Amino acid sequence: MKVPYSWLKEYVEIDLTPEELQEKLFSCGFEVEELIPLGGEISRVVVGEVLACEPVEGTHLAICQVNCGEFGEKIQIVTGAPNVYTGMHTPAALDGATLPGGVKIAAKPLKGIPSNGMMCSGEELGLNEDLYPGAEVYGLLDLPKDTVPGTDIRDVTGLNDCIFDISVTANRPDCQSILGIAREVAAVLGKELKMPATDYTMTETTVPGLEIRVDAPDLCPRYLGHAVRNITVGESPRWMRRHLALCGLRSISNVVDITNYVLLEIGQPMHAFDMDQLQERKIIVRRAVNGEKIQTLDEKEFTLNSENLVICDGNRPVALAGIMGGLNSEITEETTQLLFEAAKFARDNVRKTSRSLGQSSDSSARFEKGISEYTTELGMARALHLIQELNCGEITSSAFDCSAGASREGKRFTASLKRINAILGIEVPAEEVLRILKNLNFEVAREGDILQVTAPRYREDIEVGEPDLAEEVIREYGYGHVTPTFLKAATVTSGGKTPAQMRRDRAARLMCAQGYNEICTLSFYADADLDALKIPEDVPERNVLRIQNPISEKLAIMRPLLAPSMLNIVVENLKKGNHEGRIFEISNVYLPGQEGNAPEERAHLGFAAFGDAEDFFTVKGSLEALGESLGIQFSVERAEDVSYLHPGIAAYLVCEGERIGVFGKLANEVTAELKLHKDSKANYQIYLGEIDYERMMSHAALSVRYRPISAFAPVVRDLALTVAEEIPCGALMSEITRACPSVSDVELFDVYRGEQIGEGKKSMAFKIRFEAGDKALTPEEVDRFIKKILGNLKFKLGAEIR
Amino acid sequence: MEQKIQALREEMAQRISQIQSKETLASFWQDFLGKKGSIAGLMKGLGAVPKEDRPAMGKFINDFKVQVEEKYAALSERMEQMELQARNRREAVDITLPGVKRPTGSLHPLTLVKEEMIQVFAGMGFDIFEGPEIEDDDHNFTRLNVPKDHPSRDMQDTFYLDQEWLLRTQTSGGQIRVMDRQKPPIKVLVPGRVFRSDSDATHSPMFHQMEGLVVDKGITLCDLQGMLDRFVQQLFDENVRTRLRPSYFPFTEPSVEVDVSCFECGGKGCSLCKHTGWIEVLGGGVVHPHVLENCGIDPSVYSGIAFGIGIERITMLKYGINNIGLLFENDLRFLEQFKEA
Repeated sequence: MKVPYSWLKEYVEIDLTPEELQEKLFSCGFEVEELIPLGGEISRVVVGEVLACEPVEGTHLAICQVNCGEFGEKIQIVTGAPNVYTGMHTPAALDGATLPGGVKIAAKPLKGIPSNGMMCSGEELGLNEDLYPGAEVYGLLDLPKDTVPGTDIRDVTGLNDCIFDISVTANRPDCQSILGIAREVAAVLGKELKMPATDYTMTETTVPGLEIRVDAPDLCPRYLGHAVRNITVGESPRWMRRHLALCGLRSISNVVDITNYVLLEIGQPMHAFDMDQLQERKIIVRRAVNGEKIQTLDEKEFTLNSENLVICDGNRPVALAGIMGGLNSEITEETTQLLFEAAKFARDNVRKTSRSLGQSSDSSARFEKGISEYTTELGMARALHLIQELNCGEITSSAFDCSAGASREGKRFTASLKRINAILGIEVPAEEVLRILKNLNFEVAREGDILQVTAPRYREDIEVGEPDLAEEVIREYGYGHVTPTFLKAATVTSGGKTPAQMRRDRAARLMCAQGYNEICTLSFYADADLDALKIPEDVPERNVLRIQNPISEKLAIMRPLLAPSMLNIVVENLKKGNHEGRIFEISNVYLPGQEGNAPEERAHLGFAAFGDAEDFFTVKGSLEALGESLGIQFSVERAEDVSYLHPGIAAYLVCEGERIGVFGKLANEVTAELKLHKDSKANYQIYLGEIDYERMMSHAALSVRYRPISAFAPVVRDLALTVAEEIPCGALMSEITRACPSVSDVELFDVYRGEQIGEGKKSMAFKIRFEAGDKALTPEEVDRFIKKILGNLKFKLGAEIR
Repeated sequence: MEQKIQALREEMAQRISQIQSKETLASFWQDFLGKKGSIAGLMKGLGAVPKEDRPAMGKFINDFKVQVEEKYAALSERMEQMELQARNRREAVDITLPGVKRPTGSLHPLTLVKEEMIQVFAGMGFDIFEGPEIEDDDHNFTRLNVPKDHPSRDMQDTFYLDQEWLLRTQTSGGQIRVMDRQKPPIKVLVPGRVFRSDSDATHSPMFHQMEGLVVDKGITLCDLQGMLDRFVQQLFDENVRTRLRPSYFPFTEPSVEVDVSCFECGGKGCSLCKHTGWIEVLGGGVVHPHVLENCGIDPSVYSGIAFGIGIERITMLKYGINNIGLLFENDLRFLEQFKEA
């Protein structure tokens, strides 16, 4: 919200510097995002009186002697401007001056003639015709003769103004206007507010046949219309043009300027229809018919539906309600009678229509924030007053007021002083409360602790009860009065994380201990990310939750798997020259709800390891270490059917018969399509894994219980076995364990293939540990165990001792 | 005999000077002290000595033997020492070669900061609750006192999955879920991911918030500031303080923005605080009575305070990270820096 300081001062007497006012506004809830000095950069530019002016022959230049008052009564300045004359008062930029845009002026000769500065045009000072008359004249700015030489040019041209760019919170649409901010300033300074004039006189004339009807009162709770005749379209007065220009608006014509002026000043969007263009002299406010079309003032055409509210004449839409007028009823230079509209439209409807059509305006922005009916009434009255003040039309008696019947009074309620103080936690003196509320235009009557309150009509944000009043009081009284207390009255509670939350932290730390760096990736990606992993179209993971309004197609589905996110991060790191690393994330995946249930969120543990140092077993080892620390025993099953993993180098993790996850080397066909340098791709070692976190943790040990340690040293025997190539290590190991209860550990320490063993065979050497717990094992006993183990291995797996 | 011994003495001195290794020492032993060695030979020659001289000569030989043995023992000790030193020299390593390590990974900076914040509040008696990321309109807006047509639904552009489900735009919905299942006294933190349709240099469409809620009898705005003072002092620096200023959230009334005095410059003004001396860190307020009512808690008996903190913002402030994108790029060169934390 842009508020020119000079405009604000028309309603409140302010004797503060802009910075002091900024501080005041900040304290009562209006942050000034930027304080923009209008002639901010200008320095050393003063009023100069041209005492003498001598043309230089053969050039367009003239040598002038300029009286700049205290800066020098006779300064020689050369100018090329055609309109210079003796006696002219014009801006003179002295040696060392700065102009808008940071342009520096220095004394230097022009065509060899010494010149001690520069005389300026209006444009060079950043002025335009609306800000200062004559500013756009070609040549020097011709200032009035009563300006005193040497005066700062900003004081003469109104460039000593500044603009407050104020951030207004969503609950205060009443402050989306100069008047609204002025009300707040008056309240916080305890000054009187000078209301803009809204009086006008109607003639007895009426417009025959004019009719206004609201068919959709839910979307248009208030509609005011007033006919104005005998319009003389022309220029607006100086003061109005300047006000508009300060807010960045260009003057168009008196009638259009009035609507813009009321929007800025009062906060009420106004519209003016050319009455002669309204067919059947009717205004009907209704929902659009599906397929109905309108061309707005900016010549864009829109096809409408029944969600859109339109203002129609007898036959066709003439305005898109609250957003923009139609081209067919626009005010032109030929307009002789018009109909003013001031209305309140439902803010969500304006918002929806504006969004769906992609059409917005200053009006729609105001309507979306919310307009009170007080503002609607005030806006219409102000517009009519201005018609009269500018003497550009005759206000007829054809006035219409269509209302859905909302109350025309401020909200009334009772409130307790004690309760206001209880919310704040401090004692605000009753007189202070009353003074503050009165300054904010609340009507208050006090009976002991009880206040009878009537809120101002424009404060639609005020709800019945103390909290709103507490906020009004404290923001005016000052948050500095709040004295911090540390939960003085609160019950003592124990607090802290739940055991499940603590386990999750531990799982993350254990992953870190295995060299994995925690990452944080977005919860959404694209179908293409699943495609990249060759996830088949018909698997459950493809039944994804879709975002209806994604910011980009790349972020359109809620991820059903972490693996694509992991791979993307691996690829990004490789691109940046990070050739190796381990990453993980414990995060949700999202699945559609079953039969009308809520969508499901499941925590998964995703991880990846890449680089020359990694192979299947380094990754497997890290998971085994994780499992050991969590008290989870995994076994593995070959995973040949995971689309993104190598069918020969991938495994399901199985826990007590349940598959809890999968990991392995990235499938060759997936690697081949990675957006990475071609030559190096073949060499990339990328391992990915994904574990259902909750399922994994359901197998975790919840507590540790001590198991007695054997007093006897274990017996260790090495066993080298020759088996067929296809026999997996795991089968031998589990068979060794199963054959003898005294085996406490089996560890593979060597694999050998070669001529001595024979084609299609391998030799595997194991270190086997025997422990009996309560007694020492004799060599004979261990021999017996070995014999039994060998027997079983031979029978079941065809293994021979080597 | 004595001459023989004298000759042996000389030979011994000669030999000793040549001993350089265990081998030469062993042959020295053999030659002098071995079964067939010189001393054994002297002993054998004792028979030829006249009987009366034998004891004296025997003692003389024996003394010589003891001398030799002592010499031998000393030499043997020296040899051991030398060999050990030689071995140690051989085995010495270049201690400046790099160590062999299994590098550990790091937690993500957002996790580190989240954990730190949780610790502070857990110490104040807060429970930690994690609500769903996919929420319904009711929990995300309606019961938080955000009516259907309210412009605050505009303040945060919401990602919708369908008519019913949306991605939560704030962790505040956690308040509702907690109050539905638990009655006062309540002290709870709700950390988690939130989503808004916003993506530029300073916004990510997904980010993290931490909601805090206290509901009990007699809770006031003063308590909010007092509690947050403790929080920022533990998180940043014991000398920082907070400043409240008016703001607006539909679920609190009064609502405040909370600034913390700049921990970089102590409030004098620097580039971090944009020369204001204050840094905006969070929003909060006194829980709106409608929100309590919506959860079946009587606002005439209980009152509450609530606050919401952006974890990214705090993380960036704490570690001096100037670009939010770094938090989601997951460049290992970035991540590995937080091992130290």
